[in-house]
Amino acid sequence: MVDVKQSLIIIAVMALVTLALRLLPYFLFSKNTPKAVLYLGNVLPYAIVAMLLVYCLKGTDFAGAGHGVPEIVSVTLVAILHKWKHNTLLSILAGTVCYMFLVQAVFPS
Amino acid sequence: MNKDTVKKAFGASLPIMAGYIVLGMGFGVLLRAKGYSFLWAILISLTVYSGTMQYVGVNLLASGASIISTALMTLMVNARHLFYGISMLERYRGMGWRKWYAFFGLTDETYSILCLDPELPPNVNRADFNFLLTLFNQCYWIIGGVLGAVLASAVPFNSTGLDFSMTALFVSVFVEQWEKNKNHIPAVLGALISFACLLIFGADNFLIPSMIGISIALFVFRKRIEGGAENG
Repeated sequence: MVDVKQSLIIIAVMALVTLALRLLPYFLFSKNTPKAVLYLGNVLPYAIVAMLLVYCLKGTDFAGAGHGVPEIVSVTLVAILHKWKHNTLLSILAGTVCYMFLVQAVFPS
Repeated sequence: MNKDTVKKAFGASLPIMAGYIVLGMGFGVLLRAKGYSFLWAILISLTVYSGTMQYVGVNLLASGASIISTALMTLMVNARHLFYGISMLERYRGMGWRKWYAFFGLTDETYSILCLDPELPPNVNRADFNFLLTLFNQCYWIIGGVLGAVLASAVPFNSTGLDFSMTALFVSVFVEQWEKNKNHIPAVLGALISFACLLIFGADNFLIPSMIGISIALFVFRKRIEGGAENG
């Protein structure tokens, strides 16, 4: 580890930049929100959740031990289960157990 | 703050709990390996509170990064948070002082739950709900970080793959949104553009091009998206 003072500076910079990014839209647009920003705020969630999904799955290794099978099977399971039961907790629990079983027992690296 | 609101917020935070404790532990373990105690884990999880950034931050700390490179790195890794704030402008209205904390604590996961506009019974206060959900989630994150830093590698079971719970969360949110909204253009655009950017720019650099591409595409298709929403 680097010394305490430099560590604190690095942490402070990470915290401040992150906070600035999270608050900037508020400071820019909270009064008189332009219509274009309102529109973006309404439709972005649908596009962004898709982006986060790609982000989560970006590490899928199709050349590795599982050839992407654990990811494909578990994501499909969560999607079907969720469409059927609409129970977030159940979907996550079943999907995670399925994925852990596949990567640990079926396709150990 | 009434009991029902607390209960509802706690219930909504449950899907995040396991993932945050596990990912928080991963962070704590990494941090400990670089010589930082659990007190540092608490400090960072309290002030930075951003999963991806904290993982990157461990390396910045270990290498003693400069202020400039730390700031640039944070900007690139967390630029997507600009979008989260935009979606919350309306949703956080009327929260008073609590909005400051709600904006500060707007992580990927908290955002994905709140942008579903969860239905709340009339006796549940939405402002309190938003605030508490954010608070519960940060608590899980901090607890995970401390556990990881204290236990280090002595995790009592094989936790490989447990972090899939975050992927599963986003899949379930995606399905939920897909059913709620008749117009699928934004979701399809988001998936296609992100995937294309992943192929072109690679896993480490695709988020910012994706965000730019998604914003442009959403405006290009604005008429069809808004028209479709009215018709359907």
